Amino acid sequence: MSIFIQSLINGLNQGAIYALIALGYTMVYGILRMINFAHGDFIMVGAYTLFYTVPMMVNHGMPAWLAVFVAIVVCVIVGVLVERIAYKPVRNSGSISALITALAMSLFLENLAMVLFGGNPKTISKIFDLPMIELLGAKIQVKYLLTLGIGLVIMVALTLFVRMTKIGKAMRAVPQDREAATIVGINVDRIITVTFAIGSALAAVAALMYCSTYPRATTDMGTMMGIKAFIAAVLGGIGIIPGAMLGGILIGLIEIFVKVYLAPGWYEAITYAILIVVLLIKPSGILGKNVSEKV
Amino acid sequence: MLEIKDLYVNYGAVEAIKGISFYVKPGEIVTLIGANGAGKTTTLHTISGLVKAKSGSITYNGTDLLKTEPSKMISLGIAHVPEGRHVFPEMTVEENLEMGAYSGKDKGVIEASMKDVFEKFPRLLERRRQLAGTLSGGEQQMLAVGRALMGKPGIILMDEPSMGLSPILVKEVFSIIQEIHAAGITVLLNEQNAKMALSIADRAYVLETGTISISGDAKELLQDERVKKAYLGQ
Repeated sequence: MSIFIQSLINGLNQGAIYALIALGYTMVYGILRMINFAHGDFIMVGAYTLFYTVPMMVNHGMPAWLAVFVAIVVCVIVGVLVERIAYKPVRNSGSISALITALAMSLFLENLAMVLFGGNPKTISKIFDLPMIELLGAKIQVKYLLTLGIGLVIMVALTLFVRMTKIGKAMRAVPQDREAATIVGINVDRIITVTFAIGSALAAVAALMYCSTYPRATTDMGTMMGIKAFIAAVLGGIGIIPGAMLGGILIGLIEIFVKVYLAPGWYEAITYAILIVVLLIKPSGILGKNVSEKV
Repeated sequence: MLEIKDLYVNYGAVEAIKGISFYVKPGEIVTLIGANGAGKTTTLHTISGLVKAKSGSITYNGTDLLKTEPSKMISLGIAHVPEGRHVFPEMTVEENLEMGAYSGKDKGVIEASMKDVFEKFPRLLERRRQLAGTLSGGEQQMLAVGRALMGKPGIILMDEPSMGLSPILVKEVFSIIQEIHAAGITVLLNEQNAKMALSIADRAYVLETGTISISGDAKELLQDERVKKAYLGQ
């Protein structure tokens, strides 16, 4: 029983990190119908920022986690620059061009990091100093609960933002009809920039939560995490905010439970198998609406 | 006043508009009539900035529209009701109208405009919480017009508002246009239904493959032999 609860909490922690990254994919896809494959690398940018800024915070007597605000600023700048410099020029050139550009940006960021920070992994100083608690005989890290809580709060906040605010509504209007959005006075470029800024800020928060569990920054860390989170977004229904959260949590739980109860080496194979099965049954994802592509 | 001078527009290698000039004075209803592909929609799109001009000039009350961001047109007082309505299908009627007032700042003014629109179109009030994509064609047309009115425009560009509607609805749409006009809004109307358009317009221009072939008083064009033959089926 205690192993079960421990696995459950570990899975939720892992899942919440995936979910935060998946939210970034889903926001951008929701507006641009484009997969930003460089999104995983924004996490890497966040992690390296934390590597440098966490000790600075501690040296100045501030809580280490405040470093996340520096990471948010850095990730937002990187995200917005990537959109402006690389994605905007190919925005009307078709989805294949956008896809290739995104993959190229991902490789570019990873290699740039290699040049700037070297190939050796960097160990990030301790971010949270939180205790363990006992719950039904299981030892549970409070920071895991924190990750889950942050994930849920961000999901609810984003949902409300998109439903209630003027910019949020414009973010929904743009993908529905870009021409109509322009004629009612929405500056489409600005809305896309805001979307990338939000997605990148989420990547910085995800980096904080990831690094508090696995305190290592490597140049290729974004690739694997990015793929998992992308799968989470597709599994839940890409473009749908609660779908990203659900998909992330499911993938995290599946991974941990397969590791603990079935076979540790098989967790990725099983994750992908589940994705394939879900997509065969429901191509638009668990929460996705089955609509045919508009002509 | 809206003034178009010697406008040329290309789509790739195709010349869509070949040097047209016309104007719309405040308070007028002016209609552009002509066959499919004559360049009517391209003309309105160029005024709205959705399509870039090759050369020529478009000014509205002295502002150079060819140098204006498309998303700024509504703040200048130019609203566009596009061909095929282009409502936001996954948003409610109310949200669509809110989007129409996107450039507005004052909440009180926006609420008042929405009340006006609902008064003009009681059907929209009944369906305020319904997704726009589930409305009928006629209701969507009303929503597109209502959305344009939310921006408090001085001029409305209407592109084929009667397209795809039943004869009864066509009559309704034209009476709405007259109402809007009576409320002091200038109208530039693209129509294939030349008879209806000419009967409510002050002046008209006939577009033929990117050039203006005939222009003049709308009532006179109704009697013009060439217009009768080509566009009125008489």
